Amino acid sequence: MLRHIPALTLFFLIGPVLAGLMGVLLPAFGLLPSLGGTSLTLDYFHNVLSTPGVLRSSVLSLTVGLVTTAVSLAIVMLLIACWHGTKFFKSLQNLLSPLLSVPHAAAAFGLAFLIAPSGWLMRLVSPWATGVTRPPDWLIVNDPFALSMMAGLIAKEVPFLLLVSLAALPQSDLRRKTVLAATLGYGPVSGFFKTSFPLIYRQIRLPVLAVLAYATSVVDVAIILGPSTPAPLSVRLLQWMNDPEITERFRASAGAMMQLGVTALALLVWFMGEQLVRKGGLRAINRGHRRFADQALRRIIAVLAVLSSAMVLLGIIVLGIWSIAGFWRFPDALPVSFTLANWSRQAMGLETPLQNTLTIGLAATAIAIVLTLACLEQEARSGKTATSRALVLLYLPLIVPQVSFLFGLNILVLQLGGKANVMLVIFSHVIFVLPYVYLSLADPWRAWDTRYAAVAHGMGHGANRVFWSVRLPMLLTPVLTAAAVGFAVSIGQYLATLLIGSGRFPTITTEAVALASGGDRRVIGVYALIQAMLPFIGFAAALSLPALLYRNRRAMHANG
Amino acid sequence: MSEPNDGLTLKDVCILLDDRPLVHVSAHVAPGDVLTIMGASGSGKSTFLAYVGGFLDRAFSGMGEVYLNGVAIHDQPAENRRVGILFQDALLFPHMSVGQNLLFAIPPEIKDKSERRHLAEAALKEVGLEGLFDRDPATLSGGQAARVALIRVLLSAPKALLLDEPFSKLDADRRLSIRRIVFDLAKARNLPVLLVTHDAEDAKAAGGRVIEPLETAPAPKP
Repeated sequence: MLRHIPALTLFFLIGPVLAGLMGVLLPAFGLLPSLGGTSLTLDYFHNVLSTPGVLRSSVLSLTVGLVTTAVSLAIVMLLIACWHGTKFFKSLQNLLSPLLSVPHAAAAFGLAFLIAPSGWLMRLVSPWATGVTRPPDWLIVNDPFALSMMAGLIAKEVPFLLLVSLAALPQSDLRRKTVLAATLGYGPVSGFFKTSFPLIYRQIRLPVLAVLAYATSVVDVAIILGPSTPAPLSVRLLQWMNDPEITERFRASAGAMMQLGVTALALLVWFMGEQLVRKGGLRAINRGHRRFADQALRRIIAVLAVLSSAMVLLGIIVLGIWSIAGFWRFPDALPVSFTLANWSRQAMGLETPLQNTLTIGLAATAIAIVLTLACLEQEARSGKTATSRALVLLYLPLIVPQVSFLFGLNILVLQLGGKANVMLVIFSHVIFVLPYVYLSLADPWRAWDTRYAAVAHGMGHGANRVFWSVRLPMLLTPVLTAAAVGFAVSIGQYLATLLIGSGRFPTITTEAVALASGGDRRVIGVYALIQAMLPFIGFAAALSLPALLYRNRRAMHANG
Repeated sequence: MSEPNDGLTLKDVCILLDDRPLVHVSAHVAPGDVLTIMGASGSGKSTFLAYVGGFLDRAFSGMGEVYLNGVAIHDQPAENRRVGILFQDALLFPHMSVGQNLLFAIPPEIKDKSERRHLAEAALKEVGLEGLFDRDPATLSGGQAARVALIRVLLSAPKALLLDEPFSKLDADRRLSIRRIVFDLAKARNLPVLLVTHDAEDAKAAGGRVIEPLETAPAPKP
């Protein structure tokens, strides 16, 4: 049984992606018998291409993806180059880590509430500094160049890339290389990029590509912060997918293929960029320049990093304020009065979404944890570590655009005569939860001292007993932390819930995003704040449970 | 009483790393005797013990036959070999109390709860740690933890004992006393003992035969 789990796990990850791609590939070429599509045609591609503004939408998606990824990566790498090992870095790390669990939608809403012309920042400086008493007519949020959308994505991807980079640092021997480079007279920036960066980048390449693919095809952040005339390709796809006119599904399928093409093109451009950087980098190494505006960069990067995390934190605070705001006139920095009425008015409507969110999140997390533990235990028993090729497969669902294959799955389910049900939604969440659970648990699981197992085996205990009584309880903290990561990922899912559930299973996230167009800040504040808080509650539980269970076991806290 | 087969018998036990032989041992350890394997770190001693105990890392390959009281154990899984092991770290399970660590070791054939508890308490008393049953292992001194680890492995009723540099992390004072207790208790239980160490003092204190396996290893084939 255990022997087959790794294969089963890969099936759960890869199966839906491939099936989903088939599910849009055939209708894109006109084949969908249940809707009368029986002959091969390119009409729907023509249809997509002749849709006004669709090229602009595609270029937008491509640009957002490339800029977001490049800027986020640059911030994280410069941050490590300039500040790693300092007190500032440590505190920034503590500031950024919790931001990782804030769902994209909540962060995007927070940012919108902050930077909009009538947002908090403007209120804080008005009218005493700006002289304005009514919100200026500026298009900041939803700006046509997607600047605010990119800002929101960058603020969320920086903590992610920082975390994966920090995980890669121990293997790259950063400290000694930096010291060595410094003794040769290299400044921190050139020293870092010429000695450590290539190794670190190689290790974080898959997460970087995942960020790139995500940013080219993201929907929820695009709805909240992105431009609308025209919207990024993914948002327009979703409109076609949700069109009551059922034949629009052909166009949506062709569009999904086009999204796939846009993301593939972004990856291709990125790969070429990698080659250019590699060649240029090698030449730069040979030239031996030692300094690269280190002092100025150091300050700039600190400001950028603080700014990007402060935006998310302040955004959450302002979400909280709006959720309890009574009357709040424009230039006032704070509402005239506070009230819980916003919450009590929503209480009834919150019940179902909250219940769905918790059910789906807990179930998907449980499935992902069981599969991950089984894979890791099978790995320990067979001695065969997952290959790097298997790791690529793990990232596949994070690199293939969600909007493309999830829509295909939705078509497949309907084509096969199935109806949307909660089990399907749960398994669609597992596709995204599982990679993160696996990635966060694999290292601590493998780092466990196997001599404990040798001792227990020597006492006559078999593999199962060692797993349940020794390894699992000793690794309870990382297991629960991985579960909290998985839960947070599930909370953040928008498309999977919407497309696979055919809109029949509203969650906090789908409701919150649906509120975006309405613009009622008090209601959005309530939903987005709940969305942001749920992952925190998960992490708090993951940390306090072992602390409680092992309150009299000092060694169990040391690395918690 | 003692039959010639009793004890631990090693027949051409050989540890290979990338097809290069690291260790090659043929020996018989009678019950109550200690066989010491000397060698610098990195010489494959620990790997050799891992092969005998049945938890060899897959980077290595081992071959050769191991008999315990006349029964072949080299093709048995570790949990069926009844070979206890002590490492240089006590490796007390950090999520269990001292007492739970001991109860975990006592064989399931002893069913009666109060008897199990009594065995654990008596073992603590035997090494001068009376009353530490409910303690958190993390609060023990190095010497105390080493003694708990020793009685833990003995409570599991092994038929042989493997010692992997078990004294090397103790400070000089404790090392003497712990070494004495380990060898005394192993002898009292008539266990064949395999000790690997790089410390000549350990070997002398063990009192048994000493071999340096690399000298007996065949020259690597070209």
